[in-house]
Amino acid sequence: MVNGKRVLIIIPALNESGSIADVVGEVRGELPGVDVLVVDDGSTDRTAAVAAAAGARVAKLPYNLGVGGAMRVGYRYARDHDYDVAIQVDADGQHDPRYVPKLVDLLDETDLVIGARFAGEGDYNVRGPRRWAMVMLSGVLSRVAHTKLTDTTSGFRAANRRVIDMFATWYPVEYLGDTVETLVHTARRGYTIRQVPVAMRKRMAGTPSHSPAKAMIYLGRAFAVLTLALIRR
Amino acid sequence: MKLTLVTGLTGLILLATIVELLRRRQLREKYGMLWLGVLVIVIPLSLFPRLLDNVAELLGVASGVSLVLFLGIVFLLLVCVHLSWEVSHLEEETRTLAEEFALLRTEIDADRAARDELVRNDG
Repeated sequence: MVNGKRVLIIIPALNESGSIADVVGEVRGELPGVDVLVVDDGSTDRTAAVAAAAGARVAKLPYNLGVGGAMRVGYRYARDHDYDVAIQVDADGQHDPRYVPKLVDLLDETDLVIGARFAGEGDYNVRGPRRWAMVMLSGVLSRVAHTKLTDTTSGFRAANRRVIDMFATWYPVEYLGDTVETLVHTARRGYTIRQVPVAMRKRMAGTPSHSPAKAMIYLGRAFAVLTLALIRR
Repeated sequence: MKLTLVTGLTGLILLATIVELLRRRQLREKYGMLWLGVLVIVIPLSLFPRLLDNVAELLGVASGVSLVLFLGIVFLLLVCVHLSWEVSHLEEETRTLAEEFALLRTEIDADRAARDELVRNDG
């Protein structure tokens, strides 16, 4: 329980056996009353076993579906088990669970809360095409959602019951669908979105991609995904 | 005459292939009927290639053969789009199944853990 609400932390994980135990352990240490569901997205390592040993509930997908598939499993679990709040946290340790109560508090007045970088706290920085993509996404999505959004690709999110119900039946599986398209869809359905500044940490394991070619491709794909999301029903 | 033999034979072999696939239940009826329908149009044309010359002239196409070629490509494109659509649909179905499966496994694990806990307390 966080502030009188039943909270489920959903952690989608793909081959994160190196960090998942620490992430689960930290969440359970910082937030004693919440349940943790690790959705193993078809990992080929011991992610599921390590997560279960760390005290998480585990939903193991038979093969890799992508973050979107893993998240829909999480939201469906949250709906079926009657949670008030579902919070998405990355398995690489970038998201600090100490911000969770802050996210939950804001759910009293809004439907979806994003834990956002570049919003005052922390020193997370990107440059080049990747930054242009983020600026473009933030600009367009801020208008769609009628609120200032600075970090639309953040996977650190809290959803209330209404949004849980929606995500349990509808959640895109394609690239950037879990971040960009879900925001467009949520805003279009009339639900309110707000962001809370959070500091992001360095990931505990794994490496981010930094090549300029990949960043350009990212920009192109982000543009395509956004356009599609905007013209979709 | 030679060409007519080649095209006619090709049409008949295709017909035999489709019928055989249907007979062995390797092809769903809905696709089998589609291809049989196509062959019913194509085989007469392979035997009498000038059959469509009048229609071609009406449309301003140089010859019936060109018209058949054009219509054939359009038709194949449509079939490809349809198959992509079917595959997308199938992917969505298998995705839902995989998700349901993961959730069921979670429930089973939880039940098993609860039962083990009960047994331990009794013993």
